Amino acid sequence: MNHNTTLPPLPDLRVSCPETFEGIVIEGVSKSFDNKVVLDETDLLITKGETLVVIGRSGEGKSVLLKNIVRLLEPDEGRIWVEGSLVTELKNRQLMDMRKKFGFLFQGAALFDSMTVCQNVSLMLEEHTRMPADQIHRRACECLAQVGLIQVEDKLPSQLSGGMKKRAGLARAIVMVPEYILYDEPTTGLDPISGDAINDLIIKLQKELGVTSIVVTHDMASAFKLADRIAMLSHGKIVFSGTVEEVRSTDHPMVRQFIEGNAQGPLGAF
Amino acid sequence: MIATTRKIGFNVLTGLRSAGRGTLLLLAVVSQLPYAWRMRKLIFEQMHIVVIGSLPLVITTSVFVGAVTAVQAVYQMQAYVPMKFLGVVISKSVFIELGPVLMALVVGSRLCANYAAELGTMKVTEQLDAMTIMAIDPVRYLAMPRFVAAVLMMPIITILCDAIAVFGGYAASVVTMDVTSSTLVEGLRMFYKNSDLIGGLIKSLIFGGIIAMSGIFFGFNTEGGAEGVGKSTMTAVVGSCLSVLVADYFLAIVLFQIIFEK
Repeated sequence: MNHNTTLPPLPDLRVSCPETFEGIVIEGVSKSFDNKVVLDETDLLITKGETLVVIGRSGEGKSVLLKNIVRLLEPDEGRIWVEGSLVTELKNRQLMDMRKKFGFLFQGAALFDSMTVCQNVSLMLEEHTRMPADQIHRRACECLAQVGLIQVEDKLPSQLSGGMKKRAGLARAIVMVPEYILYDEPTTGLDPISGDAINDLIIKLQKELGVTSIVVTHDMASAFKLADRIAMLSHGKIVFSGTVEEVRSTDHPMVRQFIEGNAQGPLGAF
Repeated sequence: MIATTRKIGFNVLTGLRSAGRGTLLLLAVVSQLPYAWRMRKLIFEQMHIVVIGSLPLVITTSVFVGAVTAVQAVYQMQAYVPMKFLGVVISKSVFIELGPVLMALVVGSRLCANYAAELGTMKVTEQLDAMTIMAIDPVRYLAMPRFVAAVLMMPIITILCDAIAVFGGYAASVVTMDVTSSTLVEGLRMFYKNSDLIGGLIKSLIFGGIIAMSGIFFGFNTEGGAEGVGKSTMTAVVGSCLSVLVADYFLAIVLFQIIFEK
């Protein structure tokens, strides 16, 4: 990695007082799997209400970063705050309460395949509210309609197309009206039209619900369309952070290589 | 030599680590038991899978277990032991040993494979992660209902097996061999003790826990894709069968001292 000497310095993504920061603060988070360092003292800030898109090559730890925020994975080192709460030290009950603020769209939608679409969307309401069954059903149908899914309530996930699964996953993610939605590769595996429809849906939900979103993707068309800010993750660190215009105009060699899709450059080809 | 020792040491440590994690999972499942009533719908669903789904297997296995026991007993006893003891042999073997153990091996394997494959698939397709994100504890929602269903239903299945196996033994003896109905029934009644039946049921209760925990543990710890699911399912079934046989030995010692000798 002798190109490091020619790279611009890492962006300053730390705040002096994370306890009072409105949003998410990731400070010095490291995570390794079998001695392979995936996140290496990563810093990142997500301001309340913004849509942050994290780009980077496959296997660079973008999904790991998302999973650390909600403690699906435990960081080896470092701290993460969500609205001033130190997530990395929350007790089980507090962690459960914190997770209720989040919606998560998984890469493969991760719908429960033994349940119908409606049951998938209703589950959180059944478990965390005292709403009567008919009201829960109505709310689930509303969420499904919000993502453009009508008359599929009784279908099983295996009967849906890839795009429909993602939309059902999105309906499930918004059913409790979360404050944060984390999207893990929302357009991966979809045809360009379905992918763009998902992007439109994310923008629509962003406007209607006013949520803070973190989108992990390597699809630059999605990134430019969705982002208020784009951060690039490479070799376990955020190497660049800026607005869409800044990304388009930057001469940062890693960002340029990534958005132009060049095999030659500091990121390497494999 | 060093490499072999290292390999053995590594496997022993891996085994101990798995045992430790399995124990922690068991404690986590047990700690969720107070929520059993709230999760009754899921428990009933699992009970249905355990019992109704296993019925053809239970009936077929039990009929032939009883019949084979009778045939073997007649072959061993003829010319040495009066046939009135045939019923005793059938009932004692079925109630104390064959019923609980064979059901734990046959129905247990089916159940264990079902749990491991279902939960393993959920693990590798991120469904368990999705549940965790939804602030729903997979141990409470998935593991505890399966555990309760297996523990409560294995004795029911064993009772069913006992009854059908005795009937199978009766039918085989009376229809295909020269044993009269009254001789066999006399034998069945002669040394019948409730403690035999109860001892077998206690065994099956514990076997139910072993089977469920094996399936749940290996399912929850599945890694990789389809290959990982296959591997964890196979390991779960093998682990369950071996654990049942080992536990059977220790339970036999304990139960003979506490229950059977009374």
